[in-house]
Amino acid sequence: MCGIVGLFAKAPGIEERLGEHLAAMLVQMSSRGPDSAGVAVYRDPAPSGASKLTLYSADPREHWGAVRDQLHEAFGACEEPSVRASHAVLVAAAEAEDADAWVREHRPDLRAMSAGQVIEIYKETGLPEDFARAFALEDFRGTHALGHTRMATESRVTTEGSHPFSTGLDLCLVHNGSLSNHNRLRENLRREGIEFQTENDTEVAAGYLAWRLREGASLERALEGCLDDLDGFYTFAVGTADGFAVLRDPIACKPAVLAETDDWVAMSSEWRSIAVLPGAADAEAWEPEPGIVYAWEKALV
Amino acid sequence: MAVVEREHAAVEVVDLGTTSLRELNQRLHDLAGGAPGARHFRIVNPSGAHAVACGLDAEIEVEIDGHVGYYCAGMNKHATVRVHGNASTGIAENMMSGRVIVDGNVSQSAGATGRGGLLVVRGNASSRCGISMKGVDIVVGGSVGHMSAFMAQTGCLVVCGDAGEALGDSIYEARLYVRGSVASLGADCIEKEMRDEHRRQVAELLEASELDADPAGFRRYGSARQLYTFKVDNAAAY
Repeated sequence: MCGIVGLFAKAPGIEERLGEHLAAMLVQMSSRGPDSAGVAVYRDPAPSGASKLTLYSADPREHWGAVRDQLHEAFGACEEPSVRASHAVLVAAAEAEDADAWVREHRPDLRAMSAGQVIEIYKETGLPEDFARAFALEDFRGTHALGHTRMATESRVTTEGSHPFSTGLDLCLVHNGSLSNHNRLRENLRREGIEFQTENDTEVAAGYLAWRLREGASLERALEGCLDDLDGFYTFAVGTADGFAVLRDPIACKPAVLAETDDWVAMSSEWRSIAVLPGAADAEAWEPEPGIVYAWEKALV
Repeated sequence: MAVVEREHAAVEVVDLGTTSLRELNQRLHDLAGGAPGARHFRIVNPSGAHAVACGLDAEIEVEIDGHVGYYCAGMNKHATVRVHGNASTGIAENMMSGRVIVDGNVSQSAGATGRGGLLVVRGNASSRCGISMKGVDIVVGGSVGHMSAFMAQTGCLVVCGDAGEALGDSIYEARLYVRGSVASLGADCIEKEMRDEHRRQVAELLEASELDADPAGFRRYGSARQLYTFKVDNAAAY
């Protein structure tokens, strides 16, 4: 059992208070996932020519200023780090792939939780309420966000095993369920050059999506591929730079509810999380059908 | 006596924003066996809470304003529970008698294993509606999802809309009536002749559900009785 939440702002008032709403939704899912929590927030685009990394360090005394100096030296410019608990966001004058590759090579002790123009991923073990407080979620403004509360079944309770999982630049995946063919699929994907850092089943789904997208599939096609290639139970929510998408496996044992008002679109494992949003009582609410991709995107302006 | 009658006619409002779920359910349970107390409740601010009005055993009426979570009105006996909203997984699961009426949509496994009474869903029901039903009658104003009436044993499922894949898989003696299309029938489920007695049964259930549909428009599905459990040679295995 796990809990998933997603919120997509259609009105400026929701963007202003995105983090506060996200935290309220996440805390409602504590009983579904008390061992870890995480969020992906889409906010503050990096300026043109720069990109944004969210880095995690297991060392609570990590000297983030030194990391910034190293990135500055490597790429010519890097803004001051924005530190939240065990994570820091760094905006460097580099392509996101290059900055990500640099971290792998030069700072293997750190872990890039996300890379891209707008995404920031934060995740940690512990109760959702403690996570929301430690990472000051209520401060976040942004266009949309996904969150996850974890009750581990397939692998250990670690920061790295928490969701969301990055599936590529500005992409992430959260998952409620369990996959049964993840070991074989992981080996197949490794042969395709996809790297894995944990034994977690969801990381394999994330790797699968990353591979399909790399091969040129649209997000919708890549998700539809899951219906053929993934064996197991899942409700997935996938975040992109412009919005998010939801898919349930054809058996649809894992719950999901969608709701929409003039101001927002929300998804959650249960109504309890949506009930805390303003205007929820009058929202249009429905259960997504199995095997159908639902997607919302911000119109590009 | 007049005072008592007035008390009984009054509607007691319980706000789940300020009253704990356990306290609410305990108050409803305390009315079992005709114990004195209010007979009509209105529950406000359910906010998707699980197990609202579960395990009732009294001839009372409970109205819920808003959406409820899992297992609302589960194991219901005698009571009438009305949900003015949507309900999540397992509405009225294992109900024994009484009525449960949902104005909106319901999630999976509605009326699962129900042994008696009437469950009415005015909107759509998701997958596995009426799974393993054992005597409950279920009437759905909209459509039902895949694997509905899976291993249904007895009782009726009336669907005014369409049915999803694998309707009535491994069904025993339950009767399934569907007005719209059926995506596919499950193992050992076949279409059967719709006779006058069946049209009468559909008419009665629609009337009891306060749903308006022409009984002549429904088709009937049930068991072909060809699976292992129906072979006399296998009787000794049980």
